[in-house]
Amino acid sequence: MSDDNLFELKAVAKRFKKGKETISIFDDLNMHIKRGDFLAIMGPSGSGKTTLLNLLGGVDQPTSGEVSFDGARIDSLSEGQLATWRANNIGFIFQFYNLMPMLNAAKNVELPLLLTNLSGKERQQRVETALKLVGLADRAKHMPSEMSGGQLQRVAIARAVVSDPKLLLCDEPTGDLDRNTADEILEMLQLLNREFGKTIVMVTHDPAAARYATHTLHLDKGQFVDKDEPVLQEKSA
Amino acid sequence: MSLIAQSSAVIGMNIKSLPRRLWMSLAMVLASAVVVAVLLAFLAMAKGFEATLQSAGQEDVAFFIRTGSAAELNSSVMKEQVDLLREAPGIASDENGKLVSPELYVIVDGTKKSSGTDANIPLRGLEPQGMALRHNFKLVQGRLFTPGTDELIVGEGVLRQFEGFELGKEVRFGKNRWTVVGVFSTGGNVFESELWADAKVIQTLYNRGSSYQSVRAKLQSGASLEAIEAYIKNEPRLNQEVQSEAKYFAVQGESLSYMAIFGRVISTVMALGAMAGALNTMYTSVSDRAKEIATLRAIGFSNLSAFIGTMAEALVLALLGGVLGALAAFLLFDGLSASTLGGSFTQVVFSFEMNGQLVMQGIWLALVIGFISGFFPAWRATSVPVAVAFQSRG
Repeated sequence: MSDDNLFELKAVAKRFKKGKETISIFDDLNMHIKRGDFLAIMGPSGSGKTTLLNLLGGVDQPTSGEVSFDGARIDSLSEGQLATWRANNIGFIFQFYNLMPMLNAAKNVELPLLLTNLSGKERQQRVETALKLVGLADRAKHMPSEMSGGQLQRVAIARAVVSDPKLLLCDEPTGDLDRNTADEILEMLQLLNREFGKTIVMVTHDPAAARYATHTLHLDKGQFVDKDEPVLQEKSA
Repeated sequence: MSLIAQSSAVIGMNIKSLPRRLWMSLAMVLASAVVVAVLLAFLAMAKGFEATLQSAGQEDVAFFIRTGSAAELNSSVMKEQVDLLREAPGIASDENGKLVSPELYVIVDGTKKSSGTDANIPLRGLEPQGMALRHNFKLVQGRLFTPGTDELIVGEGVLRQFEGFELGKEVRFGKNRWTVVGVFSTGGNVFESELWADAKVIQTLYNRGSSYQSVRAKLQSGASLEAIEAYIKNEPRLNQEVQSEAKYFAVQGESLSYMAIFGRVISTVMALGAMAGALNTMYTSVSDRAKEIATLRAIGFSNLSAFIGTMAEALVLALLGGVLGALAAFLLFDGLSASTLGGSFTQVVFSFEMNGQLVMQGIWLALVIGFISGFFPAWRATSVPVAVAFQSRG
């Protein structure tokens, strides 16, 4: 595995049992993601986008094949090990923000830091920095119910980056937003990629959103099609 | 990575989200409260009954009844035997002689205030020595009966639970008329459920000749019942058995232990029902928070912290119910006066008695309800793979 590669999937298969039937999502998927990439994954519903995102995020395991992150295999980690790995390496951004409605913006952003050994004061400093980064320093005490969709997604982005993860996984991050707000969010992701070197994988239906990425992959029936970067799709031997 | 910090955060979020499930949560609190209140009501009743009997008995009073008689009612002691028992070793004396009280125990009718039905009341015949042997005897109204007359004094329990025993009232049992001349207290114990009159008058009115039914005797300090037993064994004219008065009443109290058992059975059945409701509440809670739990787990929160969070919610709700139930039981039942059939087919008036130990039993029951109703939903919340849990996301 090249040192430039943050993620590498080799001959990954993912199958589900549904009653007596076995449904295959991926049969022989191969890909790698370089450090600093901003990768958009597009494709129709049922193409396997979310399953791929789950595999990359360590919230799902492949049926067979290898998934390596930063040179280490994660496909054989236990549930507990994966939770720790996610806490250390991954920031999630969801379509519907997934904020805790009973916590204010600052408390939501602080959640990943509760998994670290940082002191209360250090956590507070980091939360302030993250909220400032997304332009919501003055909304720290606001509850989610008091904020707009765009503001909620910015809080979610602050939560995703507050622990300085290597990879941001975005599942339709602009799917619930109007065009202008979506552009603001995408510009913010682009900023995180360009200025802070965050590697980003974004699943989207929106071609306009994909244009903010450095690469775009199209998934269809569990296979990449119409690839625009040769490094992203290799058939295993 | 701190499990405590994670768990505290999850518990805090669960508690803060309770208003979303207000009615379900209140139903669980209420179910738990009712179960605990019912359990405590029965236990307080049993405890009060037990205390009423046990506090009547003293260790330093020897109690004699005919061998083989389980209670005073079916015992008999002849006057000659009473005289022989006076000479038993270790019996205490005062300036009036040996502290020995031969007593009669007959059953009369009274009408219960609560139901208007007739029930048995013990009428005890005794001599002044008998009153001196009741260490907490106190005349609270009127005066003592005059020996040789048809006067009686009435226990506070009888006055409370039965009609027509007020001071100065005339009461009629069969052909016999009596006048209530006093009201006495014995500190809430079983003697307060009795009427007391002169032993010789009762012997005459109830055709008992010169016989009695039981004998009480104050023991000297350090005197042993074994010596008295040996004395009885070596005296062929005596066919009595001796035990401490405390032991006699303890055995009488055990015969009513079904009350506590019945209470526990009823509470267990109710607890099962409450548990079914509580399980439903907690499954709803987990379902309501499915996306939140999945998000926390995706961020890196451990399964254990999500498990602890759900368990804590169930335990807090059940505990809240337990405390409310205990409080309700205390307010409604502590000190409540009631009467029930005692060991000698007579009514024993007693007060429900709550104490810290009983409250703890109620709280433990509430925690058991909370633990079981929280465990399975908590297990489900954490055993579902994160990816599957996310399928419920909007």
